[in-house]
Parts: sequence; C-alpha cells; structure tokens
Amino acid sequence: MYRIVRKEVLAPRIKSFLIEAPEIAAKAKPGHFVVVRLDEKGERIPLTIADYDAASGTIELVVQEVGRTTYQMGMLEAGQYIQDVVGPLGTPMHIEKVDCVVFVAGGLGVAPIYPKARRHYEIGSRVVSLIGAQNKDLLIMRDRMEKVSHEVRYSTDDGSFGHHGFVTELLKEMLDSGAKISEVVAVGPLVMMRAACRVTEPFGVKTIVSLNPIMVDGTGMCGSCRVTVGGETKFSCVDGPAFDGHKVDFGELIARQNRFLAEERLAMEHFTRGIAPEREECRCHQG
Amino acid sequence: MPSRVGRSPMPKQEPRERIRNFSEVALGYSEEDAIREASRCINCPKRPCVSGCPVEVDIPSFIGLIRDGRFAEAARKIKEKNSLPAICGRVCPQETQCEAQCTLGKKGEPVAIGALERFAADFERAHSGISLPGGLDTGGPHAGRSNMVGSCPGDGSGGLKVAVVGSGPAGLTCAADLAKMGYKVTIFESLHSAGGVLRYGIPEFRLPKAILEEEIAYVRALGVELRLNVLIGQTYSLDDLFRAGYKAIFLGTGAGLPHFLGIPGENLNGVYSANEFLTRANLMKAYLFPDYVTPIKVGRRVAVVGAGNVAMDAARVALRLGAEEVTIVYRRSRAEMPARREEVENAEEEGVRFALLTNPIRVLGDEKGWVTGLECIRMELGEPDESGRRRPVPIKGSEFIMGVDTMISAIGTDPNPLLPRLTPGLATGRHGNLVADPETGATSIPGVFAGGDIVTGSATVIAAMGAGKVAARGIDRYLRAGNAEK
Ligand SMILES: Cc1cc2nc3c(=O)[nH]c(=O)nc-3n(C[C@H](O)[C@H](O)[C@H](O)COP(=O)(O)OP(=O)(O)OC[C@H]3O[C@@H](n4cnc5c(N)ncnc54)[C@H](O)[C@@H]3O)c2cc1C
Ligand SMILES: Cc1cc2nc3c(=O)[nH]c(=O)nc-3n(C[C@H](O)[C@H](O)[C@H](O)COP(=O)(O)OP(=O)(O)OC[C@H]3O[C@@H](n4cnc5c(N)ncnc54)[C@H](O)[C@@H]3O)c2cc1C
Ligand code: FES
Repeated sequence: MYRIVRKEVLAPRIKSFLIEAPEIAAKAKPGHFVVVRLDEKGERIPLTIADYDAASGTIELVVQEVGRTTYQMGMLEAGQYIQDVVGPLGTPMHIEKVDCVVFVAGGLGVAPIYPKARRHYEIGSRVVSLIGAQNKDLLIMRDRMEKVSHEVRYSTDDGSFGHHGFVTELLKEMLDSGAKISEVVAVGPLVMMRAACRVTEPFGVKTIVSLNPIMVDGTGMCGSCRVTVGGETKFSCVDGPAFDGHKVDFGELIARQNRFLAEERLAMEHFTRGIAPEREECRCHQG
Repeated sequence: MPSRVGRSPMPKQEPRERIRNFSEVALGYSEEDAIREASRCINCPKRPCVSGCPVEVDIPSFIGLIRDGRFAEAARKIKEKNSLPAICGRVCPQETQCEAQCTLGKKGEPVAIGALERFAADFERAHSGISLPGGLDTGGPHAGRSNMVGSCPGDGSGGLKVAVVGSGPAGLTCAADLAKMGYKVTIFESLHSAGGVLRYGIPEFRLPKAILEEEIAYVRALGVELRLNVLIGQTYSLDDLFRAGYKAIFLGTGAGLPHFLGIPGENLNGVYSANEFLTRANLMKAYLFPDYVTPIKVGRRVAVVGAGNVAMDAARVALRLGAEEVTIVYRRSRAEMPARREEVENAEEEGVRFALLTNPIRVLGDEKGWVTGLECIRMELGEPDESGRRRPVPIKGSEFIMGVDTMISAIGTDPNPLLPRLTPGLATGRHGNLVADPETGATSIPGVFAGGDIVTGSATVIAAMGAGKVAARGIDRYLRAGNAEK
C-alpha cells in the first residue's frame, strides 16, 4: 500500500498526488514512469513520474481525469492509499548538455517534461519551453517550468492566454526565424507530437517524443504497448517510452489507442452509476 | 487381477456447460474413484514411474497409501519431494513423464498418477490443513521451523539473508527449500500478485487461483517474506541486493517475452500476444469486466496461432469470453502439436476447431486498423528438421483467407531480457537465456544463481521446480563454503 501524502488540484480535472514510495524515489530519473493499480479490482495504468525526492521518499504523479481509472484516482484524498505502485519503469531519457533544447508540451505533457527540463537546466543547456493547452485554466505547472527554463512561451487553443493557436505553431515560428535548436522534446497528445515531428523534419532537428500506448504489465511481458519505430516493433514500456519521433508510425499508434474504446465507455458508465454487483457472476456472454 | 480394471476416468464438467464459466473443468476423483485407481498399481519392483518424475516423487508408496485409504499420509509422502502437489497434479504432462514409464502402460492404460496426486493434495487441503515439513500439520505460521537442518549457516534467528527474484514455480520452490534450511528468504516479484505463469498464464478453469493462494500461503508460513511490485533491475539492482545484506540471489524470472510471427499486419487492433490476452483474462480478471476494470475484447471469430499449452489456454479462454468460433492455426500436423494431449482433447470437446498444416502469412485489416482476416497458406510435411519433426513446407498457390476479427499469437516466448540487459556481467546464451551450471544453478556472477524458464526457455512447471531445488542446494553449499563473508 502506498500512502498519498498530499493532493493538489492543478486545474479542472488535473490533480497532483505526492505519494510515499521511497524505493522508487531513490531510483527515479527523468523519463521514468510507474504502473499504478488503485485497488483489488483495478486495472494497471502507467503514469509518468513528474517529480521525485529521494530524501523525503516521495514521487509526484500528475493525473488528468479522462476515464474510469483516472476519475477514481481523482477522488482519492491525502492520507488514503493506492494498492500497488511499481517502478521506476522504462528507459530514462539520455540527457547531456546541449546548446539549446526546446521542450514542446501539449496539455498534460508538461508533467513528463518538467523533470527533463529541470535536468537540462541544471547541467547548463539553454532551455526554451513552449507550453500549450486548450485554455488558460489548463496551463499547469507554470511556476515550476519558468524556474527551469531560460525562456517560456505559451499558447492556448481559445486564445485565453499567450499565442492563440497550437503550440506547434510556436515551434514553427522559432525554426522559421532561424533559431539554432540542438534538439526538440515534444510530449502531449499523439496528434500534437505528430504535428511537432512534421514541423521539425524539414529542418532536420532531432525530435524526441514520449509515447503513451495502452499498457498492462509495463515490464515487457505482454506486448500491448508495441509501436513501430523505424520499421521495427518496439515495446514502449522497456524500449521507451521516449523514441526518435521522426521514426514513429503515429498512424498505427493512434489506431491502437482506440482498441478498447467501447469497453472504456462501458467501464465509465458502470462506474458513474455506482453499481456494485452483489454477486461475482460471469459476464463473459454479455457481449 | 487389479491390473485388468480399466483406468478410472476423470469426472469433468460437461463441455456445453463449462464453456459458459471459468470454473475448473476437471472435477477430481471421489474417494472411491481414487481407491479403485490406486488399486490398479501392480507395485512392480523396478518402479519405472519414479525415474520418469523430474523430482523423483515416491509414486508407488503414495499410491499404496491411497489404496489403503491413508489419504493425508499419501499427500505428505508426495510433499517429501514436491512441495506443490495440488498444482503439479493438475498441470504436469504426466503422459510424457511418470505415466509414460508405467509398466501397465506397455499393454494398456497406465495408472492415472496425476489424477491420484491431485486427489491426495486436494484431500489434504480439504481435511487436515496444509502440512509443513517434518510432518507437523499446520500448528501456527512457523511450525515448520523447528525442523530445520542442523548446522547450516542460515541456522537460528541470525539466519543469512537470501533474495529470490520471481515468484513462479522456480522461485517459490527455491524459497521454500532455503527457508526449510533456515535461511531468511525474501521473494521479489514485479507483478502485484505472486505465482508467475501459474497466476497470469494458466487459466482459472485449469488451475483455480484458490489453490495457488494456498501454496503461496504455505511458502510464507515457512517464514518466506514476499515483496510484490519490485522489479529487480529497476527498483533494485543485484548490487543493491548484495549491499542490503543478501548473501546470495536466485533468479527465477521466467520466459516472459512474447514472440510475434513477424508477418504484416501484426499490430492491427484485434491482434494479441497470448501473454497479453491471458494476462488480461487471468491476472487482471477481465472476464469479470466491468466489475473488474481491465477490459478485454474478443471478437466473434478468433484464430489462435500455435498448438502448445498456451495456445489451448488462449483458445479456451476466448470461447468462454463469448467467441462464436475459435480455430487453432498450426503449421505442422496433429502428431507434432506440443500441447498436452488432455488439453487438446478438452479444447476439441469444447468445440475449438483445428486448421492444421496451415501457416499464417498476413493479417488483413480495414481502414480503421481492425483485423478482418488472416491470410494463410497450406503446408505439407517434408524432411525431418533439426528438432526431428518433419519440416512443414508451403504448398504453392494454396493461399486462402480465413475470416477472423481476432488473432492471438501463441508461438512461444523467450527469456525475459530485462534483467540481463540491466545487469552487466550476467552471461546469456543464444536465446537470451541465462547461463547456469545445471548441478548448482550458479551463473557467471558469484553468489547469483538461476533456474527455471529463464535458463531453459519455456518448459514445464515441474522442471522449473526442479531447477529451484537444485539452486537451493547450490546456494546452501556456496554459503557453507564461507562465501557469505565476501
Ligand atoms: C508511459 C506513459 C505515461 C503516462 N503518463 C501519464 C501521466 O503522467 N498523467 C496522466 O494523466 N496520464 C498519463 N498517461 C496516460 C494514462 O495512462 C491514461 O490516461 C490512463 O490509463 C487512462 O485510464 P482511464 O481508465 O482513466 O481512462 P480510459 O477511459 O480507460 O482510457 C482513456 C484513454 O487512455 C488510454 N488508456 C486506457 N487504458 C490505458 C492503459 N492501461 N495504459 C495506457 N493508456 C491507456 C487510451 O488511449 C484510452 O482511450 C501515460 C501513459 C503512458 C503509456
Ligand atoms: C499459458 C501457459 C500455460 C502453460 N501450461 C503448462 C502446463 O499445463 N504444464 C506445465 O508443466 N507447464 C505449463 N506452462 C509452462 C510453465 O508455466 C512454465 O514453464 C513455468 O511457470 C516456469 O516457471 P518459472 O518459475 O521459471 O517462471 P515464471 O512462472 O514465468 O515466473 C517468473 C516470475 O518472475 C517475475 N519476474 C520477471 N522478471 C522479474 C524481475 N526483474 N524482478 C522481479 N520479478 C520478475 C515474473 O513477473 C513472474 O512472476 C505453461 C505456460 C503458459 C504461459
Ligand atoms: S506493457 Fe506489457 S509489454 Fe509493455
């Protein structure tokens, strides 16, 4: 059991949890994630380690409520427990000093980006962060990002803050203006990461993305998380989740994200109705 | 003459009934069945069955005890050599092991040794409680510790610490044996639940999880600590474990890496590895969705590629999840199918179809990325290959399309590469397996031992247990030789 030490609401439907997990905190590096199972009947979902502190033995997870499990997690409060947390998982990002690294964050993508930006900032890379969201309220972790960036620019889809438009447009602007960029790290929704890769490709700028396929174990045992990178099948949970974005088959991954859409809807309905079946009966023939 | 009596059949759930539930298919012998079957044993002097058993259970003796109605004693007799009889009685391939050697089998049907083993173990569970070593019936969680081996370095409360990585049959057995010798053993398991393949792979209807729970409780009652959600290599490295005071480490991490066929279309929606399909169903209990939250989607027509135990399990799970038609697609013929005969029969009774001498060459999909069919080619058997089986060769122009919406790839697994990849100096073989001394389990790193599927590649429960036992002895010898001070 893993205790929730602190819970904070960062934005509508986005919550931060500080969780006691000293073993994981001691080993975590930027790019690592954990797999969480809330309770006995829960599913296993991957969440990025947004921050970690070996001294206090805690990790921070930032969660956006998008469906059954993340909603349930959002209802947990400080002092309560999560049944299972395993990690750190994945291959941490390789970080070395470069002249200029540009982080492109879409929505919740800020959370995975923060520890990476901080590390680059610490070792002396010039850090430019481009942060986009649907609206002003959904721009999260601004203070923290501003502390670890030399320059930050914002965009919102509705124009309520910063540039009115997509965050990838800010990236295009930078490149068009001839900015010297050593590498781009883009994290966010798949379509946004694909767009970022399309922007950088003609300029030949290395672009790292962090993929979020559907996972089960997170340890390389099931292949649920497989993606095609450079024509080869890779398991995101062990080979990734970060990959060279110019080699990722985004179309395939976007289709694979929809594997359980109908079931996810059903699970959410079942959850919101709050129906707890009295008996454990076999549901296999309910189609 | 008792030997002329036919073999007592295993009572089973009716096929039409059982494909609607996940309850155990084989129901087990009654006391009368068991005594009748035990009486068929002619107690031949050569006892060939014992040599057919990888852990040398004293088969004729336990069968004699059953014949005499001394069921609990029979269970204890088995446990002298095999600490997981309720599991082995259910999943061991007896037909190629002990029963294959049975003298009665030369002219007729061999004694149903597996069914009797299962009976004895189930009787003990139902009646007298689980027995701990030394013949003490459960008298408290640590009753067995009074019966520890004399002067091992793990003796007493200051017992040396040993880490076991992985809680499959290899890890559980190694941990139990070391605990019996007096070592302080901690098992580290990456999943949220112990048991390895017994938990995530073999379905409830073949091995009820309640039985696995009891076997794990038994291992814990021996004083073994179980730490779940710890992925060795990531949460702790092997060096971390040594630094934390563990004097030796056993690696029983299994063969968890699924193979794919490498044909076009394999990442379409509706294609699963058997590991993913079975993990969703068994470990995550997706058959109880949405009460259990993990989803699983099985279409109307399912192709399962492969013909081993894993393929049979996947096919039978698919049926129970509501698939209308499930077909095993296998490139060789019936004679070469690696699955246990009993499981093939069960699958056939339940209506699983078999497309033999058939090889998939491409998965077809629609514009949204969902599977619509499987293109296959017919095969014929040619000359024997290196495995001694006749090599299947494609028949030109025989391609055809099988209309399916789900494909499950059950063509085998490789040893889990994670730990070797993250541990410098750990020697691996051709298939990524760990190299270990068969006599002791020792690997290329001093103090690190290994056994089970991680060494042999995908094999059997009993072989993994055997390897766990060998390594427990190897570790004991290593530590007695004074290596703990290093
Ligand atoms: C490496 C990695 C890191 C991630 N980090 C974060 C994070 O820091 N914060 C955050 O809020 N989200 C993160 N995600 C996404 C998060 O795992 C999903 O939002 C979550 O699983 C949705 O579950 P649900 O039941 O609430 O919603 P559902 O309604 O079940 O699913 C909504 C969508 O989420 C995706 N999804 C569903 N189940 C899974 C699963 N088991 N694994 C992965 N994706 C799934 C699917 O695309 C689905 O359509 C990460 C994903 C990955 C792979
Ligand atoms: C579907 C299926 C059906 C089968 N049917 C039969 C059958 O009928 N009869 C039979 O005899 N055999 C059968 N087998 C084979 C048998 O189950 C295996 O040979 C046996 O389980 C191997 O045991 P093991 O202990 O070596 O590994 P496993 O059972 O694979 O256990 C390994 C454990 O280690 C854990 N692990 C891996 N890496 C790490 C790490 N780095 N840190 C911590 N933990 C880790 C895994 O999560 C797992 O729990 C079947 C296999 C499958 C998949
Ligand atoms: S999540 Fe199972 S292999 Fe990656």
